[in-house]
Amino acid sequence: MREVPRRYRVAARREEFPGTTTLDLQPVEPSPAADFAPGRFAMLGTFAGEVPISLAGVESYPTLRHTVRAVGGASAALAELGEGEELWLRGPFGRGWPVDDLVRGPVVIVAGGLGLAPLRPLLLALEARGVALSLFYGMRRPEEMLYRQEVVGWAARFPVHLSADRADPGWSGTVGVITRPLAQAPIPAEAGVALCGPEVMMRLAARLLVERGLDPGRIYLSMERNMHCATGHCGHCQWGPWFVCRDGPVFRYAEVAPWLDLREV
Amino acid sequence: MSTGILPAERLDALIGELWAAGYTVIGPVREGGALLYDEVRGSEDLPVGLVDRQEGGRYFLEPSGDGRFFGHTVAATPWKRFLDPPRRRLWRAERRNGQLHFLVETEEEVRFAFLGVRACDLHGIRIRSAVAEAGPEPDEALLDRRRSALMVAVQCTRAGGTCFCADLGTGPAVDLPADLVLTELLEDGPHRFLAESRTEAGAKILQRLSLGPAGEVDRAAAARAVAATRRTLAERSPRLEREGLRELLYRQLESPLWDEVAGRCLSCANCTLVCPTCFCSAVEDVTDLEGARLERWHRADSCFTAEFSQIHGGPVRASTRARYRQWLVHKLAYWSDQFGEPGCVGCGRCITWCPVGIDLTEVVRDLRRREAEESGERER
Repeated sequence: MREVPRRYRVAARREEFPGTTTLDLQPVEPSPAADFAPGRFAMLGTFAGEVPISLAGVESYPTLRHTVRAVGGASAALAELGEGEELWLRGPFGRGWPVDDLVRGPVVIVAGGLGLAPLRPLLLALEARGVALSLFYGMRRPEEMLYRQEVVGWAARFPVHLSADRADPGWSGTVGVITRPLAQAPIPAEAGVALCGPEVMMRLAARLLVERGLDPGRIYLSMERNMHCATGHCGHCQWGPWFVCRDGPVFRYAEVAPWLDLREV
Repeated sequence: MSTGILPAERLDALIGELWAAGYTVIGPVREGGALLYDEVRGSEDLPVGLVDRQEGGRYFLEPSGDGRFFGHTVAATPWKRFLDPPRRRLWRAERRNGQLHFLVETEEEVRFAFLGVRACDLHGIRIRSAVAEAGPEPDEALLDRRRSALMVAVQCTRAGGTCFCADLGTGPAVDLPADLVLTELLEDGPHRFLAESRTEAGAKILQRLSLGPAGEVDRAAAARAVAATRRTLAERSPRLEREGLRELLYRQLESPLWDEVAGRCLSCANCTLVCPTCFCSAVEDVTDLEGARLERWHRADSCFTAEFSQIHGGPVRASTRARYRQWLVHKLAYWSDQFGEPGCVGCGRCITWCPVGIDLTEVVRDLRRREAEESGERER
C-alpha cells in the first residue's frame, strides 16, 4: 500500500472521438517486468486524481496502451495529457481473460462502448494464435467507435457485427442494442465468449447466449466497480462475496450469474 | 508458561514494566461519559470502580460499588485505532519542471502494549490482521504494528449488555495466545489478579515482577468468574444463531425486511467505526494550491456513505436498504467466503452505538422467523 507509483510518459496520444483518448505510455525509469495480460487493469494518476483503466494493449513492451474516457476530473485530466507529459501508474492488478481456455476457440467477443478497450488485447492475442473469432460491437453513435481503422481491418478477416443506438442513413451496421444481432447471427454452440460493456448488456447477452446453448462456464465478463486501492484492502469494489479488483475484474458467468440479477449489491 | 498472583496494588508495577520494556501502553480510560482506549501511564488512569451499562442505542457509566480496575467490558472504540490508524500519509509527490518525484513515507516505529484486551477483541485483531494479510499485496504496515504489539488480555468477569461472544466462539474465556492473561479477583482473598503468561515475551514481564504463586483457590475463583459470565450470556439476548447463517442471508437478499430496517437506519456509519473488524478505507490525494505538491492519505471509510460505491453514473448502492444489507451480509456471510469465517466477534458495539438501536442479531432472527413462517405457509 505504501509503495509509490511508477512514472510514465505519454509517448503518443490519439483522440478516438471527442472526450475519449488512447494513450501509449512509456515508463520514465526502468521498471521491473510485470504481467500486463489482457483484461488486467492499472491505476493511472495525475494531480487531479487516480482512476482504474483497463489495459487496451501492449504495443511493444514496456509501452502500454490505455483508452481513457473523460467522465470526471481525474479521467478528464488523463484524456487531456499531451505527448511527453508525465503521469503515474500503479499495477497491473486483477485477473484478466482466461486466454488458455479461450484459445481452444472459437470465440465470440461482445463489446459495448468503451468495453472494447479491455477486449482489444484479448482479440489480438487470440487472432495471433489462429482462433476463429467473431466480434459484436455496440456503441451509442457511429462517431463513438473506438479503433476505427483496426475495426475495419478486423471486419475484413472475421465476422464483425456493428450496432449503434442511433445512426445516420450512411451507417452500414444495425441500429439498436447489440443483443439483437447477437440473437440472430450464427454462433457455434462450443464457442467461448468474452463480454465487456454496460452491466445490463452483459447480463442480457450472457442469458441469451446460454439460451442459445452455450456453456455458461465458458462465458466470461469484465465487471466495473469502484476500484480504489486496487489491492483488495479498501473494500470499495466489493460485489457480493468478491473484491472485483482482486478476484476480477474478469469473472466466469457460471459463478456470478445470480449476482447479476440482484440490484445494488 | 508461568502463572502467578499480582496483588491489585502492584498493577502499577506491571504497567511500569511494560513502559520500561519499550512499549507504549494503551488501555481503557474514561473520556467524557464513555470509556475509550488511550495511553495509560499508571493504574490511576484506569476506570477504577466504574462499570459500563450498554443497551441498544444507549451507553452510560455508573459506579460499580467495588474497586475493580476492569469491571467494565469493551470500550467504545476498538483497538484498530492504533493498529490501523484512521488517517495516515502513504506517500508524497512533487512536480518539478514537468517531472514527477515520489517520496516514500517512513513511519515512526511504535510498539504498543494493549492492556485490558477482551477475548472478543483479540479475535477482532486476529480477523483484521487476516484481512491485511490477504492478497498479493499485504498491508505490511498494519502487520508490523500487530507483530510488535504485546497483548495483555483481561478475562470478562461480567457480561456486557449487548455482547454475544459465546455464540461466535470468541469468548468469554481468552482462548487466543495473548502474551499475558489477567483475571481480576475479589472473592476468597484480597483484590488481586491471576496472571498467566502464554508467550516468551509475557513470561519475561512476569519474571521481572517476581509474583507470588497462584493457588487452587485463585484458579477456582477465576474459573468461576468466567463461567458466570458464560451463563449470563446464555440466558439473555442478544443471541446469534450461527447454524446455516450464510445460506440464510444468501436466500434472503431480497427480503422486504431490509426495507423495514432501512426505515430506521440513519446510514450514519457508527457501526462501521466501532466495529473491530470493519476495514474499509479510502485513499485520498491532497494537493497544494499551486498544484506542485501532492500527498496521498489513507483514511478510514464506511460502506454507509454514498461515495463508497461510486462509479461513473452514480453509486452502486444508492439506497440505505442496500447499504445496510451490504454491511450485515458482508459481516456475516460474504466474509465467510472471503476469509473463511464471519467478520463478527460478538462485541456488541454496533448495537450499543447505533443511534436508533438496530440490533443485527434481531435482524437475523427476524429473517429466520419469516422464512420459517413462509415455508410453513407453503406446506399448508
